Amino acid sequence: MSIQEIYDAVLEYEEEDVAELVQAEVDAGTDIEKILNEGLISALDVVGEKFSAGTLFVPEMLMAAEAVQAGLEIVRPLLVDKGAKAIGTVVLGTVKGDLHDIGKNLVGMMFEGAGFKLIDLGTDVDPEEFISAAQENDADLILLSGLLTTSMPEMEKAVAAIRKANENRNLNVKTMVGGPPVNAEFAAKIGADGYSIDAPTAVDDARAFMAAGI
Amino acid sequence: MMDSAAGNPSTLVICCGAIANEIVTIIRANGWDHMKVECLPAKLHNQPDALPEGVRAKIRSGRARGEEVIVLYSDCGTGGAMARVLEEEGVENIGGSHCYEVFTGSEPFKALMEDEPGSFFVTDFLARHFEKLVFNGLGLDRFPKLRDVYFGKYRRMVYLVQRENAENLARAEAAADSIGLDLEVRHTGYGGFQKFLETK
Repeated sequence: MSIQEIYDAVLEYEEEDVAELVQAEVDAGTDIEKILNEGLISALDVVGEKFSAGTLFVPEMLMAAEAVQAGLEIVRPLLVDKGAKAIGTVVLGTVKGDLHDIGKNLVGMMFEGAGFKLIDLGTDVDPEEFISAAQENDADLILLSGLLTTSMPEMEKAVAAIRKANENRNLNVKTMVGGPPVNAEFAAKIGADGYSIDAPTAVDDARAFMAAGI
Repeated sequence: MMDSAAGNPSTLVICCGAIANEIVTIIRANGWDHMKVECLPAKLHNQPDALPEGVRAKIRSGRARGEEVIVLYSDCGTGGAMARVLEEEGVENIGGSHCYEVFTGSEPFKALMEDEPGSFFVTDFLARHFEKLVFNGLGLDRFPKLRDVYFGKYRRMVYLVQRENAENLARAEAAADSIGLDLEVRHTGYGGFQKFLETK
């Protein structure tokens, strides 16, 4: 039993093994943040790097993220009890009119795995829902996902509404957009603060936002 | 490259490999011997960033040979980039978001989506190649537990039929069953692709 075994089990997509190993480490009194950082997050970072490099693909990413989730289910309440502070708080959702959630879920799992507090609003999310959730949770970032080309105007509307709320509704969040039909040019055009080509890059970009003090 | 017929074609039709059979069938059925077809690989659906410049290169190659050019790409997940390339190159845009919409027609497709937003579409091509391109492509052969991750939000598979074929229908039924969805069959024929080519 060791942290290394948790790390290895994530890289082998062994969800049940991860849960058992994490529980065993918790029972043995291992530091929760050590389990999280060295067992789960570092393994997911490796998976993310391989994905971005094109040597590992969406199914493997999803499997690794599911394995990390199994571990997070165990350590999350303990982190809360310990008063551990999240890196930041993100509100996530697929924009209005779009029910696709694979990419969004992957992004959510990567962010949670990386130590962010995640508020996942699901799919078909109205701009006002993004704003309300960000206000209620004092969020740092709103992440907007979309798969359909037809959802791009909705993404533009949502970003515009969030920017307006930043100006006159006591909100202070950055917006990041992603999804197959979206690119950096579109993100800049609609006034989003960031665009990421994939889930691991989105985590890195969000870390950079947080490091820069948002 | 697939030539539609013998002779000396003067019009280049550029389309996705996923609809190549259908386009060649339309051209042959109508005796449009002046048209020839060139495709970009169907797998570029998964890399839409590569599509617009790939189409631009084909357009320029065709024109360098003195050919008229027709492009049968919709937006296809390019976020408006395909439309920009077509405008820059002075080529008419067939419109639509993807081939499902062009086969079905914009208004009927919109109605289909309003009727059930959780619709997953396949064409003749995808019905034939579902196992390789979709099921295995998504890793479901290796990781069956991901089925609900991918398809949990969908409520039905809609098979848009271009040409009646019992084997394709059986494949579509098996495909729907493999991802746990009910199958609805809609006959579209060649839809907007046929109409667009008729104007050329």
